[in-house]
Amino acid sequence: MKILVCISQVPDTSTKIVLKDNNTAINNQGVTYVINPYDEWYALVRALELKEAGIASDIHLITVGKADTEPVIRKALALGGDEAIRIDADSHDPYETANYIAEYAKTVGYDLILCGKESIDYNNGAVGVMLAELLDTDYIGFATDIQIDGTTATVKREIEGGEETDTCSLPVVIACQKGVAEARIPNMRGIMAARTRPLKVVAPAAVGSVTEILSYELPPAKAGIRMVSPDNMDELVELLHAEAKVI
Amino acid sequence: MSVIVLVEHTEGNIKKKSLEAVQYAAGIAQKTGTTVSAVVLGTLAGTEMESLGQYGAQKVLHVADARLDELHARAYTSALLAAAQKEGSKIIIALHDINGRAVAPRLSAKLKAGLVAGALSYPDLDKGFVIKKAVFSGKAFAFVNITSDVKVITLMPNTFQLNKGEGKATIEKLDVSFGDKDFGVKVKEVNLIKGEIPLADAQLVVSGGRGMKGPENWGLIENLAKELGAGTACSRPVADAHWRPHHEHVGQTGGTVRPNLYIAVGISGAIQHLAGVNGSKTIVVINKDPEAPFFKAANYGVVGDAMEILPRLTEAVKNFKQNHK
Repeated sequence: MKILVCISQVPDTSTKIVLKDNNTAINNQGVTYVINPYDEWYALVRALELKEAGIASDIHLITVGKADTEPVIRKALALGGDEAIRIDADSHDPYETANYIAEYAKTVGYDLILCGKESIDYNNGAVGVMLAELLDTDYIGFATDIQIDGTTATVKREIEGGEETDTCSLPVVIACQKGVAEARIPNMRGIMAARTRPLKVVAPAAVGSVTEILSYELPPAKAGIRMVSPDNMDELVELLHAEAKVI
Repeated sequence: MSVIVLVEHTEGNIKKKSLEAVQYAAGIAQKTGTTVSAVVLGTLAGTEMESLGQYGAQKVLHVADARLDELHARAYTSALLAAAQKEGSKIIIALHDINGRAVAPRLSAKLKAGLVAGALSYPDLDKGFVIKKAVFSGKAFAFVNITSDVKVITLMPNTFQLNKGEGKATIEKLDVSFGDKDFGVKVKEVNLIKGEIPLADAQLVVSGGRGMKGPENWGLIENLAKELGAGTACSRPVADAHWRPHHEHVGQTGGTVRPNLYIAVGISGAIQHLAGVNGSKTIVVINKDPEAPFFKAANYGVVGDAMEILPRLTEAVKNFKQNHK
């Protein structure tokens, strides 16, 4: 069984966003980039577990990005994975990104495609769903547990107000979140081994984007805090009612 | 040419957030000089569907197939495609929730339609078709222009106030021929947590952090939440320590909430946590450390011991409710 894990490079969660060029771009000076946590902690680690359990034979990692994303994909390889593919393109449009990955995936034929539930930069959570459509497969999102038995996937997923268990046939695209696996830390052996594992650079298919980001804005600063005495919770409730109008 | 909007319902009632989506669709229809066709899938009473007219839908397209009572994303996609085809629609709207997020990107991929996931504004038509959405988990906003002819939008719930008007939508049956693939995912088991308010949709949220000292003190959070009719949430260290279930974790690597009121108790306010909650309209911070960074992001603050303050606040809410019956 061949697994493809989608890896996205994102700013570290502690990053403070600073804008530049008249608010048309994010200032990436001093920003540390990491593997999108959902991709790393859950999708990638679950793929590794499936290989260790003898269920998966090959694990490929794929990312869409220019050469500056290579340190992050190398870091993903240090956790595990047999080879990595970098589609040499810079895309902020999920339609374009999904098509790049789909075109490559068709050339290999994966049984299982894992991704994080969303990337923590653009928060679309769209690439995995689009991949499923483009590859004509099922998709299960918000997964919290993934079991593979032969050609059947059994997946627990979050639903509104609870959880459900689904089954479907492979191939399938599954978007992972907390619960799917326990996060791992790469060890020295993995880091050394990652250097020798192949990292293929693939030219993007001709797709064309269907959205563009025109500008950015930062959230307005809070107007200032009003402190309430811990002995006067009636006052707080009254403020929430009469001033904030939320209760 | 009408604007298509997917309507969700549960236990015979249309979800409030779907009324928001219909109203949003009506706003776009007005801007673009067209009408709204709401798509209802599965079993729902006619009077309930007609009531969508109060929020601006002229028409309901009803696919009365009981298999659609539960989410089958591919079948939902097929139904919306059939509706869009019938109406010649160029704009399709769903909610930015678990269901909408499994369907809208499929439509986008199928129709080569630009997607805005998590819309926070009406499209600005002067600059193209530009919609505001949160990025970096709420640390910034992006203005996204959809450049394709067909446009797909998921609306963030709890973004716009509902304004109920007059009107009655006409109901049309829509027949869709589904294939086996549309029902490829089989639901084996459903576990609903009874009596709990789904966090993503909660109007009020009470959230606890490490300052709560241990899971044994969560009764104080739950009592306040119960009195307010609020959902309960927690910070990442609390979920990691298994004091609370993972689905309650809000923050950059957990869930995102956008309630009218977020009460943070014993949470210091790390940048990762703020990312998940800064869409909240009003934030109250209760913390014994006056230097806690969360106070900088709050509207109201109380410095003191949560164990003493929470029962007082719960009592104050109880009294308030009695006086405002």
